[in-house]
Amino acid sequence: MSAGHHWLVIGGVLFVLLNTAAGLIWLERRMLALWQDRYGPNRAGPFGILVVLADTLKLFFKEDWIPPFADKVVFVFAPAVVVASVLLSFTVIPFAPNVLVADFNVGLLFFLAMSSMGVYSIVLGGWASNNKYALLGAMRGASQMISYEVFMGLSVMGVVILSGSFNLREIVEAQKSGWYILPQIVGFFIFLIAGIAETHRLPFDIPEAESELVAGFHSEYSGMKFGMFFIGEYMGITLISAMVVTLYFGGWLGPAFLPPVIWFVLKTFAFIMLFILLRASMPRPRYDQLMEYGWKILFPLSLVNLLITAAIKLML
Amino acid sequence: MNESIIAALQARFGEQTCKVQVTRDAMPTCWVPADKIVAVLQYLKSDVNMPYRMLYDLTAIDERAYKRAQNGHIHFDFAVVYNLFSFERNDFLRLKVGLRGEYPNLPSITHIWPAANWYEREVYDMFGIRFDGHPLLKRILMPTTWQGHPLRKEHPARATEMGPFRLFDEKVDREQEALQFRPEEWGLKRQSDDSDFMFLNIGPQHPGTHGVLRIILQLDGEDIVDAVPDIGFHHRGAEKMGERQSWHTYIPYTDRIDYLGGVMNNLAYLLAVEKLAGIEVPLRAQVIRVMLCEFFRIASHLVWYGTFAQDVGQLSPVFYMFTDRERIFEIIEAVCGGRMHPNWFRIGGVAQDLPNGWDKLVREFIKYFPPKLREYDKMVMQNAIFKARTVGIGIYTLEEAIDWGVTGPGLRACGLEWDMRKMRPYSGYENFAFEVPTAANGDCYDRALVRIEEMRQSLRIIEQCLEHMPAGDFKSHHPLATPPVKQYTMHDIETLIHHFLNVSWGPVIPAGEAMSCIEATKGWNGYYLISDGNTSPYRVRVRTPSFPHMQMIPYISRGYTVADLLSILGGMDYVLADIDR
Repeated sequence: MSAGHHWLVIGGVLFVLLNTAAGLIWLERRMLALWQDRYGPNRAGPFGILVVLADTLKLFFKEDWIPPFADKVVFVFAPAVVVASVLLSFTVIPFAPNVLVADFNVGLLFFLAMSSMGVYSIVLGGWASNNKYALLGAMRGASQMISYEVFMGLSVMGVVILSGSFNLREIVEAQKSGWYILPQIVGFFIFLIAGIAETHRLPFDIPEAESELVAGFHSEYSGMKFGMFFIGEYMGITLISAMVVTLYFGGWLGPAFLPPVIWFVLKTFAFIMLFILLRASMPRPRYDQLMEYGWKILFPLSLVNLLITAAIKLML
Repeated sequence: MNESIIAALQARFGEQTCKVQVTRDAMPTCWVPADKIVAVLQYLKSDVNMPYRMLYDLTAIDERAYKRAQNGHIHFDFAVVYNLFSFERNDFLRLKVGLRGEYPNLPSITHIWPAANWYEREVYDMFGIRFDGHPLLKRILMPTTWQGHPLRKEHPARATEMGPFRLFDEKVDREQEALQFRPEEWGLKRQSDDSDFMFLNIGPQHPGTHGVLRIILQLDGEDIVDAVPDIGFHHRGAEKMGERQSWHTYIPYTDRIDYLGGVMNNLAYLLAVEKLAGIEVPLRAQVIRVMLCEFFRIASHLVWYGTFAQDVGQLSPVFYMFTDRERIFEIIEAVCGGRMHPNWFRIGGVAQDLPNGWDKLVREFIKYFPPKLREYDKMVMQNAIFKARTVGIGIYTLEEAIDWGVTGPGLRACGLEWDMRKMRPYSGYENFAFEVPTAANGDCYDRALVRIEEMRQSLRIIEQCLEHMPAGDFKSHHPLATPPVKQYTMHDIETLIHHFLNVSWGPVIPAGEAMSCIEATKGWNGYYLISDGNTSPYRVRVRTPSFPHMQMIPYISRGYTVADLLSILGGMDYVLADIDR
C-alpha cells in the first residue's frame, strides 16, 4: 500500500464514519417514526434529511455550558474519550480487501481494549457532573461494562480458534469457505447482546434510563459536549454492527455483482436497522436483572461455546 | 341496616355520643363528641359486627358562616367529618365531630388508619385544626410559607380580595430558605449505623412522574430506604372555588380534577347535586352519561397503559395507545364538541342530545378496538422483560389496601371483586351486563391486568348503550335542571320565571348535604356537597382516589430500587390534578 492510498483510506473512513453517525440520527428518527405510526422529521429537505444539519448547527451554537459545581477538566475530557475510543476501534476494521487503516495482527484485542476504554467516558462524565442522577448512571454504566466486557471477549474467542488469527483481515479471509455465523451461532448471539450492552442501547440503556434517571450520566451535558456523547453512541452502533459483520458474516465477502465495500456497507446497515428496531420494541430490564442475566446465563454459555469450539477444532 | 349501626353505637356509647342528623343522601350520619371519637372509630373499625374497615374520607367544614340550624343541633365553629365504608354492609357511615374555638384541636387517628395521615394534614393545612399525636403535622398542599388556612371562610378566595402582589427581597429570601431541603423536617435520618444515605429528588420536574410530583428518596446505593412524596404543586383550590361558583358554573372545574376522566368527574359532582335537588334524570340522559363515561374510562386507561410501558422503557406502545385514544376523542368531539374537558353533563341531564350519526362512529370503534387490545397484550403484557419489571413489584395485600384507602383497580388487583357500578349502582349501571375483573397478587402486573380487562368490559357497556339507547328527553323537566328546558318558557309564567332565574343567577339548591361515590377511572371519586340554600355550595369536598393511593408510595416502595419505583408509580395510575385538586 502506498502512502497516498493510506491517507486516502484514513480520510475516507473518517469522512464516511462521521457522516454515517450524523445520518443515523435522521435514519433512527425516521425508522422509529415508521414503526410508531407517525411521521418523524419530514420538513427540512427531502424526507427531512436536512434535520441532521439543523441538529448539528443547533448543537454547535448552543452555549458551551459547564455547571459551576462540576469538575471542569474531567467534565470536558469525558465526552472526548468515547468518540476517540470508538474512532480508534475503526482503524482495525477491514472494509474491503485493500481498504483498511491498520493491518494489525492483534486487531481483535485492540478492538476489545478500545471498547473497554469507552466506559471511562461514562464513569468520568457521571462523576465530574457532580449530580446524583449522573452518578447513579455512571455507577450503573460501570457495573454493566464490567459484567459485559468479560464474555464479550470470551464470545469472540470461538472465531479466533476457527480462524487461527487475531487479525481481522485474516478472519474475514478465513470465512471464504463459509461464514462463521453457522459454526459460531451461539457466539454470535452472545457477542451481539454484549455489543448492545456496550453501546448502551435500549434494552440495555440503563446508564441513561430516561424515565428513571432523567438522562443518566449525561444529565448535565449540553451543546456539543452532549453532541459528542450522542455521536459516540451512533458510532458505537456502527462499530458493533461492523464488528458483527466482520466476525460472523464474512465482512466484505459476497457475490461478485457488487463490489466488496458495498457488501460490507449493506451488511452493516442491516445490523444498524436491527439496533433501531430493538429500540422501538423492547422495554428496559432493571440493572440487577441485567447483570444477573449476564453473569448467570451469558457468561457460562460463552464458556461452553468456547470449550465446544476448541474441542471440535482439536478433533478435526 | 342504617338504624342498626346507629343503634349499636348508641347502645355502646350512650345516646349522647351519637346524635343522628338526617341528610339528603340518606347516609347514616351522626355527631360524636370530640373526646369519644377515637374510641368510637376504633370500635367501628375492629369490634363492631360487620366492621367499617375503610376510612373513605376525612375532611372538615367551617361552620361559622352556616346560617341554618342543622336539625336542631347546637352550633359549632368547625366540624370534622369522618367518612367510613364497610364492605360487609356495603354502606357508608358519616361521623361528625363538632369543634369550638378559632384553632381547635382533636386527637389524631393515624394509629387506627394509616390513611388518616395525609387527610389530617390536609385538614390542618386547609382549616388550621390541629391533630394531637399526629406524627408529622405540617402543610401538605399549600407552600410551607403560606399565610392562613385557605378553606376557612375568612380566607380570601380571589386575588382581587388580597391587594396587589409584591415580592420584596426579604420575601424572596424567606421563600428560598423554605425551599432548602432538610431531611429532618421530613422525618428522615441522614445516616444509618454503617452508611450515609443519599437523598435523591425525583421531581417536581422529572420524566417519570407524569406531572408535577416530587418524591424525596432516601437511598442506600440504589435501594430505597424511604420515599416521601411531596404534593401540592398542582393544587388549584378546586374546593375553595366551589364556594364562589354557582352550582352550574362549577361543572367545568370538575372536568379538570381527574383530567383524564373528562365527563366522569361531571357525573360524580352532578349525582350529589341531583340528590340535593331531588332531580330524577331521564333514562336517555342516564344512558348517554354512562356511554360517555365508559369512553373516558377507556381513554384514561389507554393513557395509563402507554405511559406505564414507557416507564419501564418501552418506547412505542404509547404512540399506538394515544392514536387509539384519539379515535375516542373523535367520538367525544362529535358528541360534545370538546375533547379532554368536554364539560358536557348538566344538572338534570346532558347539554344536548346525541348528534345524528353518533351510532355509526361508536359502532366503528367497537369493531376497531378489540383486535388492538389483543395486539397490545402481545406487545406489552406478554413481553418477558415487562413481566420481569412488574411481576412481584409493589405488592400490597387486600388488608393493607383497605387500611390505606385504596380503591378501584388497585383494590380489585388484590382479589376483592368490588366495583361501585355493580355494588352501589348509579346512573342506571344496574341495567348493564358486565363483569368485574379481578386479580390475585396485588402487584404492578396484576393492576395492569385488571385495567386491561376493564377496557374490554367498558366496551361491552358501550355496545349495550349503542344497541339499547332509549328514546326520550336528554334533560329533566325539573325546575332546577340547568339550563332549564326551554320548551314551555314562552307558554306559562312559572317556567319563564324558573328559566330566567336559573339562567341569570343559577339554580338555588335546597339546603342539606349529600355525597356521591362513583367508580371513576382510578378508583372511588366522590363529591360531598353542603348547601345552605344558596346559589353556590357552602362547602365542596372532592374525594379523589389518587390522593390515598399516592400516600401509600412510601409503604410499598421501601426496599425496592429506583427502577422499581417507576414501575410502582406507572402501575398505580394517578393524576396529579386528582391528588392536589
